[in-house]
Order: sequence, then C-alpha cells, then structure tokens
Amino acid sequence: MLLLIGVFLALSLGRYSNDPIKVLNVLLSKLGMNVPVDPAMVSIVFNVRLPRVLASVMIGAMLSLSGAVYQSVFRNPLVSPDLLGVSSGAAVGASAAILLGAGLATRQIFAFAGGILAVLITSLVPRLLRNRSNMMLVLSGIIVGGFLSSVLAIMKFVAEEQTQLASIVYWQLGSLASILGNELFAILPVFLVCSTLLLLLSWRINILSFGDLEARTLGVNLRQVRTIVIICASLLTASAVSISGTIGWVGLVIPHLSRLIAGSDNTHSMPVTLLIGAIFMLMIDTLARTVSTVEVPLSILTGFVGAPLYALLLYKQRTRLE
Amino acid sequence: MGVLLQVKDLGFSYNGSRQIFKDISFEVQQGEIVCLLGPNGIGKTTLLNCLARLREPLQGSVLLNGEDMADLPAREVARIIGYVPQTLIPSFDYTVLEYVVTGNAPWLGTFEKPGPEHYQRAEEALQQMGISHLAQKPYTRISTGELQQVSIARAIAQKARLILMDEPTAHLDYGNQLKVLRLIKDLSAKGYGIVLTTHNPDQVLLLDAKAAIIDHQSIFHFGAWQDILTEELLSAMYGVPLRLIEVEGIDRMVSIAPSL
Repeated sequence: MLLLIGVFLALSLGRYSNDPIKVLNVLLSKLGMNVPVDPAMVSIVFNVRLPRVLASVMIGAMLSLSGAVYQSVFRNPLVSPDLLGVSSGAAVGASAAILLGAGLATRQIFAFAGGILAVLITSLVPRLLRNRSNMMLVLSGIIVGGFLSSVLAIMKFVAEEQTQLASIVYWQLGSLASILGNELFAILPVFLVCSTLLLLLSWRINILSFGDLEARTLGVNLRQVRTIVIICASLLTASAVSISGTIGWVGLVIPHLSRLIAGSDNTHSMPVTLLIGAIFMLMIDTLARTVSTVEVPLSILTGFVGAPLYALLLYKQRTRLE
Repeated sequence: MGVLLQVKDLGFSYNGSRQIFKDISFEVQQGEIVCLLGPNGIGKTTLLNCLARLREPLQGSVLLNGEDMADLPAREVARIIGYVPQTLIPSFDYTVLEYVVTGNAPWLGTFEKPGPEHYQRAEEALQQMGISHLAQKPYTRISTGELQQVSIARAIAQKARLILMDEPTAHLDYGNQLKVLRLIKDLSAKGYGIVLTTHNPDQVLLLDAKAAIIDHQSIFHFGAWQDILTEELLSAMYGVPLRLIEVEGIDRMVSIAPSL
C-alpha cells in the first residue's frame, strides 16, 4: 500500500509538472475513464516517469533481497551483495564497453556478463583448491574483487579524460536517468524467477545461516540449496547493476532495517526486505531527479541517507550486538 | 530392543596418510547410552562425525537400521540421527522457537515451510526439555546451559531416535553438567539411543552407560563399563594414576584421581 502511494507520488513529481491531479487523470484515462488529459503529460508519465519509477522499485527490491540472502548464507550481517565480486565485475564490463565506444545497450550487456563472470571465477577458486567451505568462497571473492579493481584502475588510467573517464565514474555512481521501457522487460524475468525462488527457499536460508555443520545434520542438501541461492542472488545483483550502475548501501542497510522490523526469521524478513528496498530506492531516485536541476548520482544519495540510517540501526541494536 | 546403529570395522584418516583410528566395531540399541572416551586428539569427535555422516570413513561402514548409511539420502539419515554440536555459534538472533522448529527440516520438502503442526511439535520439544518459557527469547541471549537444552530440543523436534552429542558438558558449570546428564538419562529412559563424547570417565559411571574407548595406543574397547573399565586402562589411557572406587553413601562407583 505504502509502495503504491509512493509510486503515485513519484509519478507526480518531476521537472515538467508536479500536479498529481493531472497524473491521476492520465492514469484514469488509461483505465478507460473519460477525463480531460494533457497529451504531453501522457507522454511524460508513460515514456519517462513510469519506466524510471518501475526500474527504481525493481532495483531496490533486487539489491536488498540479494543483500539479505548473502548476509544469511555467509552468516555475516556486514556483507553486501557485491561480496563475490559482482559489482567490480560489472564495473569492468561496463568500462570495457565505454572504452570500446559502444552504445548503452552493449554497455549493459557487458556489465551483466562481467558481473556473472566475476562470480563464476570466484566460485571456481574454492573448487580448484579443493576446499568448498564458505570462508574459502569469501576469501576468493576478496581475491577476485581486488584483482578486478586493479583492472578497473588500469582502464580508468588509459581512458580519455574528458569523455570516457567521466562516463566510467558516472556509471560507478549509479543512475537511472537513461532508463528505457525495454530494459525493464529484459530484467523483469530475472527479477520474477529469482525473487520467487528465494522467497520459496527463505526457510531453508534460515538453516543455511546456522552454518554447514548444522545444515548437514538437518538433512539439507547443502551444496544444491546453497548453489541455487547464490546463483539467484548473484543474478539479481548483476541484472540490477547492469542497468543502473553500482549503487552502494542499499543491499547492506535495508536487510538490517527489515530484521529489526520483522525479526530474524527469513520467512518474515525477506518479503519485508523486498518491499522496503523498493520503497527506499523509489524515494532515493525521486530525490535524485527532483532535488536539483541536474541529476544527482544515486550512490551519493544512498550514501548520505544509508550511512546515517545504518548508524541509527546499530544504535537501536546495540544491546543485541555485544 | 532394536539395534539402531551398527559400526563395522570403521577406520578413518585425513588425506589417506595419517591413520586416526581403525577396526572400530560396536552397536547402539534403543534406549542405550554409549560414551566415547579417549585421550585428547585420538579422534573421538571424528568418530562421532563419521556416525553423523559429516565425515566419510576410509574403511568399514555404518549401518542405520540395517542399511548402509553411505547409500541413504541425507534426509533419511537426518530423520533418524540428531546431532548436538559442542557449541552453537549463533549468527542471527532467531527466537528459540524459530530455531527449534528447524528440526522439522528432514520432514519437509525443499520449498516447503513449517506449518502450525510443525510449530506445535517444536513447542512440545521445548516442553519436554522444560524450557517452554524461553520460546520467544532470542537464542543469542540465553545461557550456555539453556542453549544446550535448546539444541537437544531441536533433535527431539527432529523426531530423531539416535542423538549424537559432542561433549555435551564441555562449556557448562558443574550444576548444569549434572542437569544435562540427568536429561540424557531421561532421554534414554524414553527410548532414545545416545552416543556422546566426554573427557570425564566418571560420567560413564554416573550415566551407567556403555563405554567405547579409543585408548592411548589407538586400541578400541567396547562394552558395559563394569566389563571394560579398569584402573589400569584408565591410568594408562590418560597417563595419570586414576582409581575406581565404590563410595559409601552414594551407592555407586566413581572414577577419581588420588591426591596429587
């Protein structure tokens, strides 16, 4: 409900006009009602604002959910969705596309491929070392992430300063300014399938969070469940990052907030995480496009809002963290 | 009395090089307590983990209700064997009830979630342990003694018939140690089979249990304590003089060290 109100408000706010009545009329006319509409408003709402609003809702939900899942699976509330190198892989992919002078679509495909490739390499290292513990996977993520940030640094170093470097930096700060309807449709299936699977597995994710030993003595097919869960969470992150660029803090803070509201049991907190993440991102993106005449990159706002929020959450939880 | 578990010629080594133990054979019946004894590092916990199928033995086999455990799906094993680890290391503050209800996992499909009947089963397990009042408390905020009871409650909710415990008294104060031993005794009276590791030979006598001993020379001994526990074996195994004496007034044998 709150989400719907938020969506409507976000649709109403923007540079062209801030009249919610006009927007309401546009929506009602689309539903077949006979109300006076401003034709320019129709175009603005459906071609500009709606894709963007839906994108922010989806991306917020995706990043928060995968953050919650990673935190549970890796038994560490400080983990964010880029633990296994998704974000750095995507950044390298996007930067490569920028250096090659490719267009927006290619950039997104490269980013997605880069993100997935990074996770694949990360999950390959423990296999090669014949140690499949969680800890090894985390260390492997650090190795791959570290290596990729050096690759990224080289790319920035050789990039042409005025145009390419600026694009890379802008991409890394995250933005939904150039979002198009068909990009939404590209990530929608991933969003639906992976979120559904994760929500269905939410109780098993509780058991994964007890650690390998307990999960195995409860008869859980550890390797199978953990693989599905990590693949889903990584796909969610990679899809989100590929169309928005990297956005910090959301995947870390929102799961904490949700656990505070709904308790630690993932069967309750994961749906809450999904919703709050969507609302949070919607607010951030609406701020990003209305707070000044130029677009503010998303990571700047998520940092300004997310970091103090995180501090507040830690303050509330202080007795539980001893 | 049904045989729950049969261990046949079990041997284990890490990386196939260093042999930890070998030629271990014994069985556990319903309502029976078996205490695994042995000096530090001799492989008590490793043996227990082989019984829980957490580790794969190098030689021999473990039969569960007559079937080779290696051929059973993990879910089937978990329906019969419950495991109580030495320590729980909680990561998130689930409530005690939320934790105990996960004992239902081997009885539910991968995509299923527990329903009212599963929560009821968890509540009954808490009741059996006498810790119903803890149900809504975060399991990160209860004492180690209570945590041990919660862990056992989950094995009961799991409907396990054989409960394996890795040093169930290791981190408890003396009072709680005796309370947990009392609980173990009660469980065996209800028909649960129990295998536990311990550093204290006197617990075998307290529990009136069978002893499974891997001695200092890695030789395996198994039987009722009356048949195999001797002062010579205990003293040699732990490398210190130990006495087995009948104490008047408490009507039992104790294993105790003489004056230092």
